[in-house]
Amino acid sequence: MPDWLRHAWRVTRKDLVVEFRSRTAILSAATFVVLVLVVFNFGRDPTAVSAVDLAPSILWVTFTFAAILALNRAFQLELENQALDGLLLAPIGRGSIYLGKLLANLIFVAAIELLGVPLFAVFFNVPVLPYAAPLAAVIALATVGFVAVGTLFSAMTVRTRFAELLLPVLLLPFMIPPLIGAVLATSRLLAGRPLSEITGWLNMLAAYDIVFVALALLLFPATVNE
Amino acid sequence: MRMLRVGRWITAIALVLLAGVYVRALVYTPVEQSQGLAQKIFYLHVPAAIWAETAMLLVGVASIVYLFLKDPRLDRFAAASAEVGTIFAAIVLTTGPIWGKPIWGTWWSWDARLTFTLFLFLLYVGYLLLRGAIADPAARARFAAVLGICGMCLVPFIHFSVYMFRTLHPMPIVLKPSAPSLPGSMLLTWLLSLGVFTLLYVGFVVQRYALSYLNEQLEAAGGELGHA
Repeated sequence: MPDWLRHAWRVTRKDLVVEFRSRTAILSAATFVVLVLVVFNFGRDPTAVSAVDLAPSILWVTFTFAAILALNRAFQLELENQALDGLLLAPIGRGSIYLGKLLANLIFVAAIELLGVPLFAVFFNVPVLPYAAPLAAVIALATVGFVAVGTLFSAMTVRTRFAELLLPVLLLPFMIPPLIGAVLATSRLLAGRPLSEITGWLNMLAAYDIVFVALALLLFPATVNE
Repeated sequence: MRMLRVGRWITAIALVLLAGVYVRALVYTPVEQSQGLAQKIFYLHVPAAIWAETAMLLVGVASIVYLFLKDPRLDRFAAASAEVGTIFAAIVLTTGPIWGKPIWGTWWSWDARLTFTLFLFLLYVGYLLLRGAIADPAARARFAAVLGICGMCLVPFIHFSVYMFRTLHPMPIVLKPSAPSLPGSMLLTWLLSLGVFTLLYVGFVVQRYALSYLNEQLEAAGGELGHA
């Protein structure tokens, strides 16, 4: 394993261990996902709108909110006892710190999504299993994109006033392209349309991931260097 | 300060010219056959839209150079350009519905271009909010530059994703690969208006730039003034 990757994995492991010791954030986020799904059920008239029509938006709005919660927490951890200074003093590249943080956030959000999808299938009676593999690809591609941008932004917003509010305000416009792509691709999939119909969207999601992960790697040092 | 005066003069001249362009548009330019008088808003709407997008591009370019040179002038320019871009995006978002009501029969539709402009506007607002939330000038400039660069890179993605929806919006008639499909007198009015908007952009940016410079001087002198 190259050094930068080993260092990044160290940062990820540290975040995951901190999370695993307390389990507060992941449990709150999981409860939050269940609650949002339940609230959605009462937000529609079941006789007027069928669940399948609304399902993709329900799924993605839930994931959006849950991801923002997770991202807010990512750098909040480092504020206590000036942990971020310690991390920056460590003899590892800034890129490795960013990658480590990104990976930890991705694992966190993926865990929530892994819980969200089956619950969503059960609550809204949506057949997910036949499309499990392409759906997983859509979710993965969209999630990598907005978590990459969110990780970068949360490094900035934690050191501002009203951090919890500022992150969604900055991040939501950046979530629009992956969300539009993910919602439309999900609805095509759940409607049983052939995979070839969504390749355009998958390409767009992949391009977004590549551009913004690369950009975040380049820009991250500017957010932490004094 | 000289720069502030220059900015005020440019803006004043541009506003007088804007009135002139509108006299020309209303009196001396033919009325469009199918849209009637509502089409007159096009002379305001399109130049504002062009400058709203260009301003974001300039914010991004200034931000990239700022991260290399760390020159506060670039940061001041990016902040000024973002504020002016916000205003121009707001002009586009208000003139659009005024035109849309008589022509489409609805104030707003989730059309590709409307949605795009709305996100551009929200991007600007987020940028200005971020600037307002950081007290330390150096951190403010760095963070704003990061967001400005990301914003510039986001624009093509929003463009692409909203264009994959169906659109009601009139297709471009001036800025398109083939020759503009517009009668000469309308095209001339439009070009004059674009020139006036360019002047307005420059005038506003110069004023904002001068104001933020004065603000920084005050902050440095220990004045307890809010930062823009």
